[in-house]
This record gives sequence, structure tokens and C-alpha cells, in this order.
Amino acid sequence: MFENMQLIYVAIPLSCLVASIIAGVFGKKIGRAGAHTITISAVALSFVLSLVVYFDVLAGNKFNGSLYTWAISGGVPFEIGFLIDELSATMMAVVTFVSLMVHIYTVGYMHDDPGYQRFFSYIALFTFAMLMLVMSNNFLQLFFGWEAVGLVSYLLIGFWFQRESAIAANLKAFLVNRVGDLGFLLGIAAIAFLFGSLDYSAVFSAAPQAAAVTVPFLGVETTWITLICLLLFVGAMGKSAQVPLHVWLPDSMEGPTPISALIHAATMVTAGIFMIARMSPLYELSETALSVVMVIGAITAFFMALIGLVQNDIKRVVAYSTLSQLGYMTVAMGASAYAAGMFHLVTHAFFKALLFLAAGSVIIAMHHEQDMRAMGGLRKPLPITYLTAVIGTLALVGFPGFSGFFSKDAIIEAVHLSKLPGSGFAYIALTAGVFVTSFYSFRLLFLTFHGRPRMDQEVRRHVKESPWVVTVPLVLLAIPSVVIGAWYVEPMLFGGFFGESLKVLPEHDTLAQLAHEVPDATGVELLLGIMLHGMLAPPFWLFLVGAIAAWVMYIDKPELPGKLAVKFSAIYRTLMNKYGFDEFYERVIARGIRSIGHVFWQIGDAKVIDGWMVNGTARVVGWFSGIIRHIQTGYVYHYAFAMIIGLFLLMTLFLKF
Amino acid sequence: MDAHLLSLVIWTPIVGGVLVLATGGDERAPIARKIALAFSIITFLFSLSLYGGFDKTTAVMQFTELAPWIATFNIHYHLGIDGISLPFILLTTFLTVIVVIAGWQIIQTKVAQYMAAFLIMEGLMNGVFSALDAILFYVFWEGMLIPMFIIIGIWGGPNRIYATIKFFLFTLLGSLLMLVAFIYLYQQSRSFSIPDYYLLPLDIKQQILLFIAFFAAFAVKVPMFPVHTWLPDAHVEAPTGGSVILAAIMLKMGGYGFLRFNLPILPDASHALAGVMIALSLIAIIYIALVALVQEDMKKLIAYSSIAHMGFVTLGFFIFNQQGIEGGIAQMISHGFISGALFLCVGVLYDRMHSRQISSYGGVANTMPVFASFMMLFAMANAGLPGTSGFVGEFLVILGAFKVNVWYAVLAGTTLIFGAAYTLWMYKRVIYGAVANDAVEALSDISAREVVFLALLAATVLIMGVWPFPVLDIMHASVENLVAQTAVSKL
Repeated sequence: MFENMQLIYVAIPLSCLVASIIAGVFGKKIGRAGAHTITISAVALSFVLSLVVYFDVLAGNKFNGSLYTWAISGGVPFEIGFLIDELSATMMAVVTFVSLMVHIYTVGYMHDDPGYQRFFSYIALFTFAMLMLVMSNNFLQLFFGWEAVGLVSYLLIGFWFQRESAIAANLKAFLVNRVGDLGFLLGIAAIAFLFGSLDYSAVFSAAPQAAAVTVPFLGVETTWITLICLLLFVGAMGKSAQVPLHVWLPDSMEGPTPISALIHAATMVTAGIFMIARMSPLYELSETALSVVMVIGAITAFFMALIGLVQNDIKRVVAYSTLSQLGYMTVAMGASAYAAGMFHLVTHAFFKALLFLAAGSVIIAMHHEQDMRAMGGLRKPLPITYLTAVIGTLALVGFPGFSGFFSKDAIIEAVHLSKLPGSGFAYIALTAGVFVTSFYSFRLLFLTFHGRPRMDQEVRRHVKESPWVVTVPLVLLAIPSVVIGAWYVEPMLFGGFFGESLKVLPEHDTLAQLAHEVPDATGVELLLGIMLHGMLAPPFWLFLVGAIAAWVMYIDKPELPGKLAVKFSAIYRTLMNKYGFDEFYERVIARGIRSIGHVFWQIGDAKVIDGWMVNGTARVVGWFSGIIRHIQTGYVYHYAFAMIIGLFLLMTLFLKF
Repeated sequence: MDAHLLSLVIWTPIVGGVLVLATGGDERAPIARKIALAFSIITFLFSLSLYGGFDKTTAVMQFTELAPWIATFNIHYHLGIDGISLPFILLTTFLTVIVVIAGWQIIQTKVAQYMAAFLIMEGLMNGVFSALDAILFYVFWEGMLIPMFIIIGIWGGPNRIYATIKFFLFTLLGSLLMLVAFIYLYQQSRSFSIPDYYLLPLDIKQQILLFIAFFAAFAVKVPMFPVHTWLPDAHVEAPTGGSVILAAIMLKMGGYGFLRFNLPILPDASHALAGVMIALSLIAIIYIALVALVQEDMKKLIAYSSIAHMGFVTLGFFIFNQQGIEGGIAQMISHGFISGALFLCVGVLYDRMHSRQISSYGGVANTMPVFASFMMLFAMANAGLPGTSGFVGEFLVILGAFKVNVWYAVLAGTTLIFGAAYTLWMYKRVIYGAVANDAVEALSDISAREVVFLALLAATVLIMGVWPFPVLDIMHASVENLVAQTAVSKL
């Protein structure tokens, strides 16, 4: 389409970086309007160019090439470069679109914040880093982007750095992610060791030959590929918040709402999912790794959803929902239904960003109150927010026809067809998860927008719909939340949309099997067929039951939840304590490590090395010289006496022998 | 001029130092500062022309100078550099400029002497990195201790006498054993030329003993566990400029020594003792990181962080592959910038508040936002974030270590977690949070002069992180040659 597509590839991330630097360094000079104008224009440019690239890729023009050589060492070249194919083009379009919406929304949401320019600088920087991550053609740059989005996430969670809770949350997020990154980096080291290259195409083409090479690890003989996949997955567990490295994501809600939508729902947290999809040529070679991925995802999907049931903070409900949905995507990866997982990633990006931004709109209206117990009846004063929130909720719970319905059902069906160990458990967890999802989603909707208003009179009088910069992004996100599923279900799931960028072995190809179960049709006929099929399956009925249960408990009999909490107090407490992960990490791990540090410092360094060895040596020398000193009295007769004694001793020796 | 470029890099700052001294008392401080800055910049330019004229395709010593010095003992004024020494010379000349700028207003008493000490030390350090004669090396090596001893002893903190004595005794004890090693090598070869030693046949027993002697000198300097305890004390008492040079360059002498002496002269002993060296390195990485985590004093924390980072250097060297050694060198260069920058950051705070205790601070970002941004960058670099120079060395060493033993890589990799933990926890307590007290409330953000040196370092850290290619490129041939030397047994 264009003469020089490569220039466009470079311009897409770079425009965001340049805008970020200008807004960050010259923020004071260009002022608030200057900062948001330049970043919004840059991201808009990125978005338009991403669309150009997207259609160009669909037209069959792909690209894989390096930009420059980062370094060479030990014969291994480390390059920075781009791989533009269906997978990256899709991600680029989603990332830049959601980012653009969030940029616009921020103008309203952060209107009174003194750190306005800094915020725009950060989110533009984030967009740059995320784009570098998805556009990468090698593991090194993937890791660069991986860590850079982590950095911006850290900066943004702690954006309101005066708040103790915010700066505790961002440190926690960074450190937990670093645990994952350790696995990720070791995975990269293993790849460099096994393949002598970090280039995707080189590694993927050599992978099948290397599949049989084994390595003893922790006493178990396993293949290198399994080890690599598991190590990389540890990284994904950190970034995509899978149990047990999920603890940072709920706390990340300390950050401003726009970034919860952009980073902690739509884009960054899906980086782990994207990474596994990108590595499908490796994961396909290890059923062990796929099983682990599936089981971890299923645990996250179900158990994190349960915690969402008892949260009262509106953002935290959405956060646990995100954890759970990430679990769904992870399971899809484990079931080799990469396309379904990516499909869900895309639909989720729209409807979850929408839900977060809607929650943010509520929070603005409530003057930064986030507790749903102090809300209620907001549908009248906030009609647009309400309507878009309903759309987001219907998409999330998988109401037939809405985007989430197609993607989530596909995952559940694919897992059902998977034959890997753990797929039975995963199927049950995901299906049960539908009920829980439906319940907490409608609970949120009912508590916030329905029922009798529970806020005080003062707040109630001032509640009004948010300005257009907030509502327009809501509407623009609501549209794809409705239609994107129906639009893409055919090509993405059954039409080989992702082409060569995803690799599935025939024996794992659950989506191909699924294709046999849907009606052999196209267009509207296919959509109707899928919807009919879905309405006969258990998830649909579980969704209905969940919605009705929420209605009963929060509209019909509002006293019921309290009673249940008392009756099942053990379960309730467990959920409120989030299964005790936080306490365990804080009390046992963090405190334990600090205690060990103290022991090493006070006993190892201060007592043993300095006390005994260093100062001890000095003391021994001092003590010894103290004794020697007595001999050197300076009196001549002492020396004469010593000489005579010595003479006698020597003479005795000579005479005797 | 090209033929004497190395001499110029060594003697220009020393002559400059003498000139600065000649300005006399503090009433002529402004002129002393200007002369010092001029000479440091000229030296830096000389070192740049070293880089410009350097042939990176060969491992042969370049810019060599050879003149007899003490003919009786076959001692020569013998200079030359390869791709391993050049980066350190550039680091030294660059950081001296930074230190001169950093001390511009802060040092108000004995200004000329302060500036002179740094210039003279710069010349001597350049001497260490370019000496090819063992005795010349030894003279520079010991000589550079004297200015540092004076810097800590005069411009240092309240407990400076204890710190200087500890520092001096630790390092002197090690160096004396090195001198013994040189004399022994002279006995064997009738030469003090370091390149001659590379060809000298030595049996395993000789090698082990020599290794221990060199180890004593270099391990103290690095410093390696368990001879590291002088460093935190010395840093705490040293003035900011002293800390910068100490952490950024003096520590690198130890690593440089291992590369110049132990590995090529004693390949068999190096292999025999590699296990011990790796164990000590891993202890430094983990044990010291945990000690750093619980420090209450910012300078001590950074000092311990330095020891942990140096653990990567020695680990990289003693796995004997190119990625490890290049990673180790890259780590040393990068650590020079980052630790220097962090000590300068602490200095910026100390100049205003006269406290190094973490608990004295809190919420500095509220009153010093520009400073907070710089310190964020350096903190992240210290935590090894990709895109900063701190990542390059750690990444290559982990890659290299993985080839040798997966567990080395796993244990070394814990720095990803612990390095971030101690650095960012300190950052959180000092910079983030609500304004902790009136003193923090009254802080003023950094001045233009402070922006200049922090920005110079920030740019360097970022450029080396985004494009480390040139730094690694100049050392390839020399490191390849070193790896080959290490692989050939002398037995």
C-alpha cells in the first residue's frame, strides 16, 4: 500500500516515545493543554498508522527484519527489530486504540490533578513500551518491552506518591513481577544456550529438531523445550497475574483509574498471554508445559472470581474479574486454542477497559468514593455511564451476541475438547466460573446503579454525568464491546485469521475440532448457529442463574448477603483474606528475608568478619606486642642478665652434646 | 603526539594537579576550580583521541611506550593499552570531570588541595590501567591510595580516621603480597614486563601460590566477600567525590587485576580455583544483597549494593567464556556510572540535610521533583532495568553462567529481585511518600550545576543501555584473546 512500510513501523512506537519525552521534560513549558495535545496526537497517529499496517498485513504484506544491532557477544548477535504479522498487527491496533481512548478520557479524569503532564508522559511512554513488546522479532526486545511496561506500571501505580498505600502497592507490583522476570530471563538464557540465537524465526525453525534434547532438572529428566516453556511461563504468571504471582494486580488499583483500564486490564497484563501465543511453536512441543499452563489458568479463573464476590470497592471487583478473565485466556493457551485466547484478549481489552472507565466515571461522579455500599441508584443521574456499563457487563458475562460470548464460549468448548491432563479440571473450573462471573458482575451493576441511593444528601445533590471527554471514550469502547465478537468470530476462530503467526499441531488442534460442531455455514447464519449452540450449553444457563441470584440478593432481598456472610463465615473470611496469599508473602517471605539480612549484617559482617577477623587480628597483634614490650625494658642490667643466662644455656648445650 | 598519548593521559592531570596546588590558599579558590576543570576536560579529550585512534580489530597492545627506567633490575617505563584497558581509562577521565563539577560549590575549604588530589589520582589511575611493567604498575597502584587516603582523611566525616586506617591496612596488606608475587615472577623470568609473564611456564604449585598473592591484592579492591567490610566504612566517611571515585573506579582495579594477571598468567590455577571464586561471587550477590536490604544509611546501602554488583564481575570472569568476561567488564563500566550517580544523588541530599539516614527523609519528590526523576532513573539502572546500562552486564553474565551451570544463573539471577528490592525500597522511603518533616519541606530542587552532572550521567547510562554495541565492540578482540590464553594450559 505504501512505498516505505518500514518507516511506518518505526514511526508507530517512536511517535509515542517522542511525545512522552516532550510532555515529561518540557511539561512545565508546554502546559497542560500542550501536554495532552501532543501525546493524544502522537497516539492518534500511532493508531491510524497501526490500522494502515493492520490492513496491509491482512493484504498479505508481512515483515521481519532488524532495526539495529544492540550488541554482539560470544558470537551471538542481539538485535532490535520488528516482526509484523497478523498477531502483532492485531495487538498494535488494540493497544493503540485503547490507549487513545484512555488518553482522551484522562483529560477529564485527571482534570484537577497537579501531576497532569507527568501522567500523560507516563501513559505515552507505556504505549511506546507496549508497542515495542508486541512488535519485537526477538526475545531480547521482548524482555525490554516486558520490563519497560513493568516500569511504567510501577510509576503509575505509585502516581499519587503521597499515599502510603499507593507506594506500597507499586513496590509490591514491581517485586512480584521481578520474581516472574527471573523465570523469564532464565528462559531466555536457556534459549540462547540451546539455540545460540534469540531471534524468533531462527529459534522456531530449529525448535522441532531440539524437541527431543533432554536435561536433568531437579532430579527429573525433562526436555529443554519443556524447561524453557515453563520458565517463560513463570514470567507470564508475573505479568499476567496468575496464581500465585497474582497478588500485585488487585493492589495496583491504587493507581488512577485510566491506567487500571489501560495497563491493568486491556494491555500490559495480557502481555503474558500474547507471549505464550507468540511462542506457540515452542509450547506445542511440550504437552507438560501446556498442561501446567492450563491448570494454573483454571485455578486463577475460578478462585480469583470467587474473591470478586465479596469485594466492596468497585474497582477491586473489576480487578478480580480481570484476574479471572486472564485465567480464561491462559487456559485457552494451555488447550492450544491460541486463536480463541487471542480472540478473548481482544474482546476483553474492549469490554474490560470499558468497565474500568465506566467505574472511573462513577468514581468521578461520587467525588472519589469507591465503596459500592455508599452508592446505589446511579442509573438516573448517570445515564450514559449506566448504559455503557450494562453493555460492558453483558459482554463480560457472555450474553449471547455480545463480544465476550463468542470468545469465552470458544475457550470453554476448546478446553472441553482438549485431551491433555488437567483439561477436565479446567473445564469444570471455567464453567463454574461463568456463574461466579455473572453473579459478581450483576452484583456490581445492581449495587452501583440500582436500588435506593445510599450516599449522603450532599454527595447526592452533586452527582452528575461526566463530561464528554469521559463519555465519548465510553461510547467508543462500547461499540466494539458489542460487535467485535460477532465480527471476528468467523475469521479468528475458524478462518485462520492469524495465519502462520500461531502454530498448532494437528493432535492439539481443539479449534479445528470445534469447527466440526458449529453449523457448516458463514455470515449471519453461522452467528445464529453459534448463538443457538451456546444457548443450549451449560455456560448460558449458569450465566442466567448467576444474574438471577444477584438480583435476588441485591435487589429483591438486600438483607440476604449479610445473613449468608454470617452463616458461612469461614468461607467469607477466607475470601476476604484472599486465601491468605498476602499475609503469607508479607509475614513469612518478606519478613523472613529481612531477618536473614539482619543476621548476615549484624552477625556475619559485624561480629564474625569485623569483630573476630579484622579487629580480632588487631587485638591479637596488640596483645602480643603488649607481652613482648615487657622484655624491652631499656635497663642495661636486664639485657646483661639475659645475655649471661643465654651464654650459660649455650655452654650447657655444647658441653652436653 | 600519538606516540605519547598514554603519557599525556597520565601526566596531564598530574601536572594540572601540581599547578592547582600552586594557587595556594582558599582566597584563590575560583581560579583553582577553573584550572582543575580545564585539565580534567583536556585529559578527557586526550582519552577520546585514544578511542579515536584505537584499532579494535586486534588484541595487540596499542599506543605502547617503552623506555628504560631502572636498568639494573630490567624495569621499564612501559605503557600500552588493549580493548580491556581502554574502557576504564575513558571511565576515569569522564568521571573526573564529573567529580570536579560536583565539588564546585560543596567544597569550600582547602579547595586547591581537594581538586589537586583528584587530578593527581586521575593520572595515577590511568597509569594503573596502562602500565605494562609490573613495578610501574605497582607504583601507580600504591600511589593512587595516597590521594584517596588524604581525601577521606581530610574532607571526610566524623569517623574518618578509623575508616582511613581500615581502608589503608586492608588494601596495603593485599598489595604487599602482590609485590612479593612480582618479585617471584622476576626471579623466574628476569623481567618485570607483564606480557613476558603470559609466556612464562609455571607449574601448578607456583601458579596456586601466585594466584593467592594476587587474589589478596585484587579481592580486597573488588571487594569480594569476606574482605569487603572496609568498603562500607570508607564510603560512609568519604566526601561525595571520594565515594564516586572509590566506587566508580578504584573498585574496578580489582577486576582489572584479575583480567591482567590471574587469568592470563595463571590459567591453570584460575581453573583450579574457579569453584572458590564462583562461590565467593555468588555469596557476594546474595548475602550482600540481603545485607544491603536492611541498611539504614543510604551510603552504606549503595556501598553494599556495589559489592553485590561486583559479584557479577568476578562471576563473569571465572566462568571463562566470552559472554561472561565481556559481561563482567560491561558491568564494571556501567557500575562506574551508576554507583557514581547514586553517590552524587546522596551527596545532593546530604549537602542540604546533612544526614545520610534513610529515616531522616520521606517525600522528597514533593519538594525536589526534578531530582526525584533523576534518582528514579539511577535507581532503576541499579536494579538492572533493560534500557539502562545496568542491564547489559548482568544479562551477559547470566547468559554466560547458564552455559556453565544452570544453578549459577539461577542464583545470580536473584539479583533481579533483591537488587530491585533494596534499591526501590530505599527510593520509596526517601523520595516517595508525604513530606516527612520540616527539613524536607524546606528542600530546594537541584541547581543548574547539579542538573549538568546528573544529566551527563543519565545520558551515558541510557545510551549504554540502548546501544552497548560500541562498548562491547572495542573489547571483543582482546577478550577473545584472553579467553584463548585462559584456555591454554601452562603445565
